[in-house]
Formats: sequence, C-alpha cells, structure tokens
Amino acid sequence: MFIGYFTERPYQDPNSGYFGATGRGIEDLSLSNADYNPKLGADLYNRYLDEKVYAEEMGFDGLMLNEHHSTPFCMGGVMNVEASILARITKKAKIVLLGNVLPIWEDPLWLAEELAEIDMISRGRLVAGWVRGTGRESVAHNSQPPFNWDRFQEAHDFVVKAWTTPGPWRWEGEHYNFRYVNPWARPYQDPHPPIWIPGILSRNTVDWAAKHRYPYIMLATDLEPTKESFAYYAEKALEYGYEAGTQHNGYLFKVHVDETEELADEVGRKFVQGPSNPFLEGNQGSVQANLQNLPGMTSRTAVLPTVKSFGAAFARGRAADQAKIGGVSSEQADQDEQEAGDALGSYNSQKERYTIITGTPKTVIPKIKHVLETLRPGSIFFWDGDGAMTHEESMRSLKLMGEEVLPAVREIGKELDLNSPFEVDPATNLPILSPAD
Amino acid sequence: MTTTQTYTEETTSVTGLSVRVLRGGQGPSLVWLHHSTGSVGWLPVHEKLSENFTVIVPDLPGFGQSDRPVWARHPRDLALLMNRVIDKLDLGPVTLVGGGLGGWIAAEMATMNDTALSSLVLIGAAGVQPDEGEIMDLIMFDFEEYVKNGFSSDDAFTAIFGEEIESDLTTLWDFSREMTARITWKPWMFSRQLVPILAEMETPTLLIWGELDRVVPVNCGELYQKHLANARLDVVGGAGHLVELEQPDETAAKITEFASG
Repeated sequence: MFIGYFTERPYQDPNSGYFGATGRGIEDLSLSNADYNPKLGADLYNRYLDEKVYAEEMGFDGLMLNEHHSTPFCMGGVMNVEASILARITKKAKIVLLGNVLPIWEDPLWLAEELAEIDMISRGRLVAGWVRGTGRESVAHNSQPPFNWDRFQEAHDFVVKAWTTPGPWRWEGEHYNFRYVNPWARPYQDPHPPIWIPGILSRNTVDWAAKHRYPYIMLATDLEPTKESFAYYAEKALEYGYEAGTQHNGYLFKVHVDETEELADEVGRKFVQGPSNPFLEGNQGSVQANLQNLPGMTSRTAVLPTVKSFGAAFARGRAADQAKIGGVSSEQADQDEQEAGDALGSYNSQKERYTIITGTPKTVIPKIKHVLETLRPGSIFFWDGDGAMTHEESMRSLKLMGEEVLPAVREIGKELDLNSPFEVDPATNLPILSPAD
Repeated sequence: MTTTQTYTEETTSVTGLSVRVLRGGQGPSLVWLHHSTGSVGWLPVHEKLSENFTVIVPDLPGFGQSDRPVWARHPRDLALLMNRVIDKLDLGPVTLVGGGLGGWIAAEMATMNDTALSSLVLIGAAGVQPDEGEIMDLIMFDFEEYVKNGFSSDDAFTAIFGEEIESDLTTLWDFSREMTARITWKPWMFSRQLVPILAEMETPTLLIWGELDRVVPVNCGELYQKHLANARLDVVGGAGHLVELEQPDETAAKITEFASG
C-alpha cells in the first residue's frame, strides 16, 4: 500500500471576497488577477511546502502535486517548481505529479528536461503523471482543443523517447517537431520515472493507461463510478493480455482527522468553503459549462459513468447562465443558488457517501477501511488542508494521521493484500524486491 | 412547411471527401459559403437570390453533412478544396458570397482563383485583423450565446430561432465550432498571410457589413476595402453580423444589383 498526501493549494485570501460562505461567488475563469497579492502568495507557497515536509515526517510515502491554470483554487500553475524544491528539501517521500497537462506544452522537450532534473535532484523519487487538462487549461495556455488527445499521446511518446533513447535524433511528428533531441539531463531512475495517469472522465484515457500498463488514479470520484472505472481498466487489461491488480489502481479522497468529532466536522466543512475547486460538489464556485466543454475536447461517446456525479455542478453552472439570459424562472434560479450555497448540506451528503471522511482517528479508520475494501486501490492519497482550512488545522490533522491513522491503514492494506506499484511492478506484475530484501 | 421545396440536394466529392450541396433557381451561378456556425439549410436569402441565380449552397468540408478533411489546419486549406469543388461543378463564372468564416474562405479562394469569379461578396467576413477591437472569440461563449451575438439584438435572434432552440440546431452549432477550432486558432479568425495579396485581386467585390456587427468589427470591412483593388463597402443600418438572416430581401437585392451591374 502506498499512501500519499495532497492538497490543491488554494489561494486563500480572506480580503479578496473569494472566500468562505459569505464571500463572492467564484465563476471559473471570470476573476481578474488584479486581486492577486504576491505577499500572500509567498506565505501560501511556503506554507504548502512546509506542510509537505511535515507530511513526509509523519510517514506519508508520497507528496502529490497537481496543476491548474488561471484559477484561485490551485496555485500549482507551475508545479514543477514546487516539485523541484521538494526534491531538495525532502528525503524519502516520492514526489508524485498528477499531473502535468501534456497537450498545453508547446515544447515537451523542456518538460522532459525539467522532470529529469527533478528526478536527479531527488535521487530517483519522482513519479511523473500526465493529464489532458480541463477546458480551463486549454483556454489559459491557448491550446487547440480538437487536438488535445492527439497532442497528449504524441507528447507522451516524445518525452518517453527523450528519456530512453540516446540522442541526438530528430522528431517530425504531427504536432511536435524537433531537429535536435539530445537533452543534457537524463532521469535518475532507469529506464525512467514511473508514470501514473490521474483522471475522472475519459474512457479513452482509461483505455490508453491500461494499454501502457500505467496505474490509473481516480480523483475524488464517488465510490460506485470509481469501481466501474477500475472494472473498465481491468476489462481493457485483459484485452491487452494481462490481469490488472491493485498496483494499477489508485484513489484520491478527502480525509481530515481531528481531536474531537465536533472539531473534525467544523474543520471538515471547510473542504467546501473558500476558493475550492469549482468542479467539486458543494463549493462556492461555479464552472462555465461551455469552457469545460470546448469544441472537440472530448468525443461524446468517450465519457465514463462519473459524469453523473458532476451533473449537479454542471447543471448549476448552466442554470446560472440561463438565469442571466432569462432562460430559467427566477424561482428556479433562486433555488439553484440556494443549493449551490448550501455547503453544509453538501458536506453531510458527501460524508455519507464516503467522498469526504472526517472524524477522530477512531472513527476515520473504519471508514477508510470501507473505501479500501470497496475499491481495492494499491495507492491512495489523502486530500486535506483544502478550501478554507488553515495551516494549524492542516498540521493537526497531519500529526494525527501520522501517529494513528497511517499505521492502522498500512495494516488494513496488508490484510487486504493491497500492493502498490512499488511492491508489484505494474509493467510486469512481478514483485519488486526492496533493498532490505 | 407545406410549400414545395424549391431546391435540390446533391453530393459531389473532392480529394475523396463527400461534399453536400444544395442547389436551387436558375441563371448565372452564385455560390454561398456559410458562417462558422454551419449551414442552417436553404434560407430565405437563398430563395430570394434563386429568382435570378442558380444558387449553390455547400456545406464546407468538415461542416454539416460534408466529410472532414482531417489534415486541414487553416481556412486556406478549405479554400483550396472549395476551388476544386467549383471547378468540378462546372458552374461558369461564379458570384462567390461568404459570411463570417465563410467570407474569409471566399476571400482566400478569390486570391487563388479570381479568374473563375465574376464577383465576390463578403458579408461580415473574418480574415483580417481589425485596427480597433477584436473579432469576437466564440470559444469564450456558450455557442447559443455566441449565435445570439450575431444579431443586432436578442429580439432579432428570438424572432428567427424562437425562445426554445431546437436540439438539431444546437447540435449543428456545437459540431461546427469543432471544425472551426481545427482550422483557426492562433491567431483567432484572421490571417497575416491574406492582406498582402488582396491587392493582386481585381474581382469586383461588395463588402456588406451590419452597422451593429458585434462579431467582426465594421473596421474589418474598411480594411478589406482599403486593401482590395476593386471593392465597395455597404454598411447596412440596423443589422448585426448575420445581415442575411436579419434582412434577407435587402441582402439579396444588394447582391443581385451588384452582380448584375
């Protein structure tokens, strides 16, 4: 079992108004960075790095980062910078990037070089992960959405070749062209860092990950659709001639641990407050449906069952749009607004569905066990310290996780025979011997 | 609709790709290229024009019922294909009309093949970078909202498409913007390779622009007029970008008068 720690690094600015239940609503890609305060940004970047260092100290196997652009819910626009710093200031934990948005890179050779440097500085602790990105990312870096999937695949093929095939060589692809590929930086790990693929929606991507035998990490999705996606991966794996195991399945979910149940609830509610991801149920923001559904980004038949879970969020965005243009009655708009603002109702509902787990170690552990039994992932990530949570609240939870939760979860992992990609090689399904063996 | 259909539907091909064409009326040939939102079909303006012309309304390659040239990356690629289509249809001298993106493609076609054209009509055509303002970016809009911006007012939009938009139509718009995004992106909706060759083109050109065009600034019409050797700009009062939908009879009359003159 591999246990990682994640926070989306929200830009928490109580003075901006984009914060908490009383703040202004956040509509994705509609906020001006005129409100961005670099002094606050400095504090937050350093805070999140400190929390990562403490997470390693508390025994987490991995420190997960992600990347989004032009949005306050995630400060990881250039997560490779954060990863580079972690490579130097941490000692043991894997640095797990889930992931770089491949199609928006105009120059994937630069990415190959950066990741190789991070792998070397960390002495082989990098886990690379790649995503197609949401519409937001394609808009923010102006990448042509109809070619998103093609560019993802070509950039992947290119980076892997740049890591593994000695140069110089030439690449004349459909979307990328290089006359001299010979990066003077090679990954520390041989043949290259592990590649994990995070995702939520795309059947294409699950199929593609299964084809490459890359672990597929479901990001904070409901249990049932997550199970269905893992089943789809397994089905595809059989078609590609192998049996998928726990080493191929990963799951990110929200966990906050605190000293009392009351405190855990009080802080846990902050998951859905503040500048949290507008994709996520119950938060204060709304997505712009048209920007998430850019032309040609996803083919209509390539959608996994998890889409159902996001229906409410999309509907909310659309209802708000329709209210603006008079397409929806004002009563309906009021009701939508009320539901959107009803963070508490949503928090309780997510708690019931195990997508948010909060409590004391004693109550949290059986719930995590339920998730592990249901999904059987070899890798998990606890998502904490998000939304409106403070540094102190994040640290308190990390401490309790380290002292009580992680040891118990590791035992459960053993009982359930949940092997991570570092125990069973996903490329061969053979056990990996640790140096101690 | 209980009236008799006044046009026929046919299929031609270019580079092995099927191209759907609507055809109606009699007289000299007039080819009509649709906007980035796709061809809605046989429009009142086509009906009116068909009194004096043989009106040909293709679905541009990659739009509507026409096959997608997967390799196409620029409106000039569609212009190459459409010039071949015009040659194949053996239409004689052609009055070529295009609106918005179709106008840009028509301008590109004219720069390559102006001897085949008797006249060129550009309606709210994209293709040149305005001196002031920007060509509206459809990517940042919901596509219904974008089409709405093509009209002088929301009422003008509702008058044509109604309160509830038919799903066939929204599907067409959604589908069309995918092809649009395949052939124009950086820069959005204009080409720096078009203006330098416009002066070489001597085909008489009528530039029709809605004075209230919110999508392609009237300034673009002024620039076309400035750079083309033989062009006249007609700014239509009260109309938005989609002049031919808001004022079909007037648009047809202007084209007929110009092409006949």
